[in-house]
Amino acid sequence: MFKKILIANRGEIAVRVIRACREMGIASVAVYSDVDRASLHVRKADEAYHIGPAAATESYLNIAKILEVAKRSGAEAIHPGYGFLSENGQFAQACAEAGVKFIGPTAAAMRMMGSKTRARQAMEKAGVPFVPGTSRGLASHDEAEQAAARFGYPVMLKAAAGGGGKGMRLVRAPQELRSALDAARSEAERAFGDGEVYLEKAILNPRHIEVQVLADEHGNTVYLGERECSTQRRHQKVIEEAPSSFVDDDLRRRMGDVAVRVAQAAGYTNAGTIEFLVDAERNFYFLEMNTRLQVEHPVTEIVTGLDLVHLQIRIAAGEKLPFAQDEIALRGHAIECRIYAEDPDNNYFPSPGKITLLLAPSGPGIRRDSGMYEGWTVPVDYDPLLAKLIGYGTDRTQAIARLQRALDEYFVGGIKTNISLFRRILSDPDFGQGRIDTGYLDRLLASPRQAEDRNHSAVAAIAAGVFAAMDAAMAPASSNGNRNGLPASSHWKEAARQEALQ
Amino acid sequence: MIYDVLIDGKKYRLQLERAEAGWVCHLNDSPVRLDAVLSRPEVLSILIDGKAHEVKRERSANGEVHLWIGPSRYAVEVNDPRGLARKRLAGDERGPRRLVAPMPGKVLRILISEKAEVEAGQGILVVEAMKMQNEIKAPKKGIVRKLMVVEGAAVNAGDILAIVE
Repeated sequence: MFKKILIANRGEIAVRVIRACREMGIASVAVYSDVDRASLHVRKADEAYHIGPAAATESYLNIAKILEVAKRSGAEAIHPGYGFLSENGQFAQACAEAGVKFIGPTAAAMRMMGSKTRARQAMEKAGVPFVPGTSRGLASHDEAEQAAARFGYPVMLKAAAGGGGKGMRLVRAPQELRSALDAARSEAERAFGDGEVYLEKAILNPRHIEVQVLADEHGNTVYLGERECSTQRRHQKVIEEAPSSFVDDDLRRRMGDVAVRVAQAAGYTNAGTIEFLVDAERNFYFLEMNTRLQVEHPVTEIVTGLDLVHLQIRIAAGEKLPFAQDEIALRGHAIECRIYAEDPDNNYFPSPGKITLLLAPSGPGIRRDSGMYEGWTVPVDYDPLLAKLIGYGTDRTQAIARLQRALDEYFVGGIKTNISLFRRILSDPDFGQGRIDTGYLDRLLASPRQAEDRNHSAVAAIAAGVFAAMDAAMAPASSNGNRNGLPASSHWKEAARQEALQ
Repeated sequence: MIYDVLIDGKKYRLQLERAEAGWVCHLNDSPVRLDAVLSRPEVLSILIDGKAHEVKRERSANGEVHLWIGPSRYAVEVNDPRGLARKRLAGDERGPRRLVAPMPGKVLRILISEKAEVEAGQGILVVEAMKMQNEIKAPKKGIVRKLMVVEGAAVNAGDILAIVE
């Protein structure tokens, strides 16, 4: 087993991996940029090294610098987390050349899955079901028109290097095709530096369901059930759960078998996820493979009772999978909310800044993977994911109730968060019934909101007075702090100024 | 102590005196059985006629005070009627309005030139923060009197971006 692991990431996922290292008796090495010196992952690690300025390209994406820290600290392996370098084949290659174990698949497997068109071609050979489509980049408008006519409208244009909805266009009729193709190409070129675009038959309002796989380096591959990720806002996952209420045992086995076949065809090792689109008739189609640990891995951990990060490390250290497929059983239900620093009342504007107050939920059926703490300033430079709140229970109803209770306990002051969005989703009857697809959340958010209950304004008035009275009692009586009966809120400032002058 | 508290456009007069055990409280001249404990800074546990509430206080950079009760946020304005200085009335619709950066970021594009007429809600400039592009909109109908930033400029939360009159 490794003695020391470097974590090439930040935020909640770096903390997650550091915790696994601690549990396994492995020393952890954190890296940080200029703006992350005070971040939680630096506080939790055994060692931490500065790797550059705030811009990710010069710090968390700086391969040479990260490998230099690995060498200097004596780390034998690197865990990339998700995002940043986690799906970068060049990085995996560079690790191998530097004699540091990359905790993830090989560079070759990553490169194959990194391009959607290349992955399609390989998977077609392995007999994996696909949404009917071209599997190849479109060379011309004419080729696109012929292909669209063959598969039938509506069709979806997709960037080969795509992700996050970029370079994607739904085309409902032939006359829209040319301009949509041009737009998708230029968007893909700008976002990924690669304008290759292919065409698929559009599955309208499908479900997005993914299967977790684990493969060791001795040829054993298993699937760990599915995650339902249909609750998305503009193609970004907002809530994930396991299992999916739409998937029965038979469908789970069929999807799992295909997922294992995909992983094996790619020569895949370590943890990975195969994403599928599932239509209303329970037909499922291979979408893509994510060659890393996913943000939403905790829901799978809870229903399988396994620790995916421990297993990732064991696999990378050359151990065999300690269980066979028939030993994996799913139990209960888990739902994850992604807590972001953004303002749901203002078009999901990012809301970085200082966290002035943090009250965190706990109690039965709650897991919280967080990268924030009270007094920390959320930097503006990175993804605004602050924490993941996971609720679990015997069944889906109990998991929802526990999450709702925990959301009521959760308070993040000083910045805006999307906590209220989850209250709205979890209390929606359609969500409660599991009637969700990838268009569900955008439809919910477009519908009128229930009027907020404002019947506590008298309580607020009394509380405001008590706060003001307490502020007045705490203000230094002998100083000038209380002159002119300034409003209560300025006492603090005044007191701080006084203190600074001493 | 007497406080006038303004919430949702409604004014409450609050009389508060410290007593031996807890507080003596009158809300709009009616007695209220109140007990209050500051359980930690900015978090108040209050009991009103036996009903328990946890109230969190948030103070924003522009001096606004928000109280949270459950999922609801109440903007409160507290005035001590005996005080000499009164809180300035905020939000005069007729005067010039400053557009302030809601977060630190970079000015990506400026959508309008100085002296241009804008409608309420019209985009004035785009600020990029946390990999997201955010349009900063005119707070009211008027004329862009001054643009305080240029494209590419880095801004901090609270920086003035433009003035609309």
